[in-house]
Amino acid sequence: MTITGRVFLFGHDIDTDAIIPARYLNSFELEHLKKHCMEDADPSFAAKVKPGDIMVAGKNFGCGSSREHAPLAIKAAGISCVIAESFARIFYRNAINIGLPILEVSLEGLVKDGDLISVNLENGTVFVKDKELKAQAFPEELMAIIRAGGLINYVKKELKAGETYAK
Amino acid sequence: MGQTLAEKILAGHSSKSTVRPNDFVMAKVDLVLGNDITAPVAINEFLRLEAKKVFNKEKIALVCDHFTPNKDIQAAEQVKYVREFARKHEITHFYDVGLMGIEHCLIPELGLAKPGDLIIGADSHTCTYGALGAFATGVGSTDMASAMALGKAWFRVPLTQRFNYTGKLKLFVSGKDLILFTLGVIGVDGARYQAMEFGGKTIDDLSVEARLTMANMAIEAGAKAGLFAADKKTVAFLKSAGQNVAEIKPDPDASYYKVYDFDVSELEPQVAFPHLPENSKNVGEAKGIKIDQVVIGSCTNGRIEDLREAAFILRGRKVNKNVRLIVIPGTQKIYLQAMAEGLLQTFVEAGAAVSTPTCGPCLGGHMGILASGEVALSTTNRNFVGRMGHPRSEVYLSGPYVAAASAVAGEIIHPKEVL
Repeated sequence: MTITGRVFLFGHDIDTDAIIPARYLNSFELEHLKKHCMEDADPSFAAKVKPGDIMVAGKNFGCGSSREHAPLAIKAAGISCVIAESFARIFYRNAINIGLPILEVSLEGLVKDGDLISVNLENGTVFVKDKELKAQAFPEELMAIIRAGGLINYVKKELKAGETYAK
Repeated sequence: MGQTLAEKILAGHSSKSTVRPNDFVMAKVDLVLGNDITAPVAINEFLRLEAKKVFNKEKIALVCDHFTPNKDIQAAEQVKYVREFARKHEITHFYDVGLMGIEHCLIPELGLAKPGDLIIGADSHTCTYGALGAFATGVGSTDMASAMALGKAWFRVPLTQRFNYTGKLKLFVSGKDLILFTLGVIGVDGARYQAMEFGGKTIDDLSVEARLTMANMAIEAGAKAGLFAADKKTVAFLKSAGQNVAEIKPDPDASYYKVYDFDVSELEPQVAFPHLPENSKNVGEAKGIKIDQVVIGSCTNGRIEDLREAAFILRGRKVNKNVRLIVIPGTQKIYLQAMAEGLLQTFVEAGAAVSTPTCGPCLGGHMGILASGEVALSTTNRNFVGRMGHPRSEVYLSGPYVAAASAVAGEIIHPKEVL
């Protein structure tokens, strides 16, 4: 499946307080999170973002808190994929667990805000103008979670398959 | 070949005798932790899993510490949701107002994090327990939910970076200064996906409290965990928490991705400038920066030793009239200890506000929010844009000595200048 979307460009070290400020963590309703997504980095983001848009950032995207509200807010805002040079560990794990598509590849200097780019999520290819960029492949262990549509579906399958609880 | 602390613990909790960096392991966890912000999301996911019960009601800790005592109706609803889940599943370690403390101060105090343990927590500062020789790492709510059902989680074995410190620390220099200095060297993604292992003569001489401060901020370098060998001091610390534990250390021939050797005998107290913890400089370079608020507390520096350091400076002095000083003991036990030692009296007489334990101001939640243009100096762990309030406020980070001295001076200052 290839997605085409408008780019929202962010810099390096975008932290989870920028993605969803802690003052809004008194609720995890998706509509509430969506309304305040990226508020302290770009106050107009929530008003401008449209379903299918693509977020592009530099290194260490999602650093800071473990709050799953961060990838949830981005997903709720309609972002189809986050492309970053690198991701902070917990954000990376959370995005995979909740089924927010992410790709690890640097688009530095290649795109600006509002550009249209395309992404093939299956093979991790990003199409920027006449260029094709390959994202870092996911290890097989993570692909299994991604294919299941997130950790809950994955674990549910495991529970059904007779996996016993740890003693 | 030998193993690092991280490798040893991950191997010990999986079915493998040894593991190597980048191996994937499904490992049993000794404790699953959540708070009033992350647990509600986890409980929702737990319900979606359709698991009938939690894997072990004694190995789950739910600590309502972030927006408590409830800051507003929505926060109250979230805590109520956690409380009802805890009651239904008879969670042993559920801590509500009156008993709760800041989770990463409380868990070590209760003896719930031990050398060799594998702990996950839906809170990024779960890495704090690495100070006790545990492999402890922050995860999200979905991971927490899954682990509450299964009692295990998947891990990619991290590479380990080793940090050796030598030299006797100067007066007013402690764990916070060591970790801020280290973050300044390696940056906020300097240990991304990796484990940090701390050691050396300076660390041997450091208190367990100061080690907890250091391990706490491993996440600020992007690390998965920040580990210390468990030595005699660790054993004694946990003995007072009612646990008899053994020492553990990495193998002498363990293999490290990188090794840093720091002589810290000349290290000055550190201050991290806005808006990243890696922006650390000698306190002298921050001299004269006017501040509106000082916060002393948090999972980073809310322990008794931190309060003693602050009180040492504040005794017989007054907080500057242009500064609001907020002191937050990390747990009820620390609060009582501070009371018994007369520290709370010192704070109040100096003109500080003393709060019940809460994460509150550290994350701009409540109990000390900054207005636009205001500047804070805080013993907390993050100084991101808007972290403690308005997006146009600024946060500097330091240890308790510098924070207390600066509260007296009204500007950032070296503690020796106010004594």
